[in-house]
Amino acid sequence: MSIQAPQKLIDHFERGLDAPICLTWELTYACNLSCAHCLSSSGKRDPRELTTAQCEAVIDELQAMQVFYVNIGGGEPTIRPDFWHLLEYSVAHQVGVKFSTNGIRITPERAEWLARSDYVDVQISIDGATAQINDALRGQGTFDMAVRALENLAAANFSNPKISVVVTRDNVHQLDEFKQIADTYGATLRLTRLRPSGRGADIWDDLHPTPAQQQDLYRWLVNSGESVLTGDSFFHLAALGEPLPGLNLCGAGRVVCLIDPIGDVYACPFAIHDRFLAGNIIAEGGFAPVWRDSALFRELRSPQSSGTCTSCSAYDSCRGGCVAAKFFTGLPLDGPDPECVKGWSEDALADPLRMIPAGRQDHSRIAPAKACNESPVSTATFVPLTALSARA
Amino acid sequence: MSSADSMDALLALSPSVALRSERFGALAYDFSSRRLTFLKSPQLVAVVRQLDGATSLREALTAAEIDPGQWSQYAAAVQRLVSTDMVRNAHDPIGKE
Repeated sequence: MSIQAPQKLIDHFERGLDAPICLTWELTYACNLSCAHCLSSSGKRDPRELTTAQCEAVIDELQAMQVFYVNIGGGEPTIRPDFWHLLEYSVAHQVGVKFSTNGIRITPERAEWLARSDYVDVQISIDGATAQINDALRGQGTFDMAVRALENLAAANFSNPKISVVVTRDNVHQLDEFKQIADTYGATLRLTRLRPSGRGADIWDDLHPTPAQQQDLYRWLVNSGESVLTGDSFFHLAALGEPLPGLNLCGAGRVVCLIDPIGDVYACPFAIHDRFLAGNIIAEGGFAPVWRDSALFRELRSPQSSGTCTSCSAYDSCRGGCVAAKFFTGLPLDGPDPECVKGWSEDALADPLRMIPAGRQDHSRIAPAKACNESPVSTATFVPLTALSARA
Repeated sequence: MSSADSMDALLALSPSVALRSERFGALAYDFSSRRLTFLKSPQLVAVVRQLDGATSLREALTAAEIDPGQWSQYAAAVQRLVSTDMVRNAHDPIGKE
């Protein structure tokens, strides 16, 4: 008789846990950058952002629920004046922190402070292994800023920072170079998928990896094994062969979620839209009630239809792929992922009548207006989608 | 490790590890290594939780009311947790930090 539970672990995860395994918490929509693919369309702070006391209450709740760590992002989280305090508060309450930053506030002094902190992981974002490719997406000077942060962390003997890279059509040929950069700074490379969420909706058609690039990426990831992290990002590629390390399922609203800067809870960090809004922690008296009782999360934890994927032999491997990627490319949620490796989404993507859902919120900074332009109508409303991808 | 040795072993959850019970068993998270492990049976979780008050693995298995016929399987599962440093030999000086 085996001591394994009779049910598979993945079935438990798909039915949802009493608390998330981990969650993403975006502390602010304010950002010094305006990356072309920003998932949260960040730029300007939202006046409704949680206060320090409200953030501490969230951490208290996560501690009580035994959420062992949070992934903090934004926006640029280190811009919040109380960021370092919240980091200390969280660690002191047994909630480990991994935070993502473009490096702007990782000075030599801060790097030494971080090196003395337990249970804090730092993740520096770069999206090109060269300044040319990185800066085209993230803005002028951002590669050098990230490298300076890595140098400061290395000089302070900060152990094992992460380098986080969104894989695009333009940087997928640099995977070995990214690994080399990580090795140089004693860091671990983390690769994630380009999502058509937030401002990413405007550049996804042009920048998501081609089918041939996806195959190269898959082989590279298989060869790298556990030495490269992916945050379970590429489970849609499992249909190409053996699964990649990780849970290999969509955890949205089941084992992960997102808390946004104003306390709205979404099913996942790639799904900031009303369709995936579970509730608000201020309006509903805390995070736990939203996690446990929201109608949306109950729906996501109920058995899902495999729709047009039912007859596909690979469904058990990819399980239909990423719900957010489908939603923001205007594909049916019970059909194939827009990057389905079997090609089952090609016809739907080519449909000229495909409707991309409009974003619900946008904190992007608009290019500074001319002195006399007092028009109350946001110019952004009229910017053609193609113009946005050229902006960076 | 012989069977007798393993049953006599004085073990404890590593100080940097926390357990969170779930319907399937538990999450075990090591705050130092950031390693997350899934304990896939509530009975195994009971054994691991009993280690801390017990003077031997045998005592923990007994306290968790594990059928003696299955002790070797549970000892092997605990040994796997030792190999990833989720559980430590409590005689090991490093375990007393």
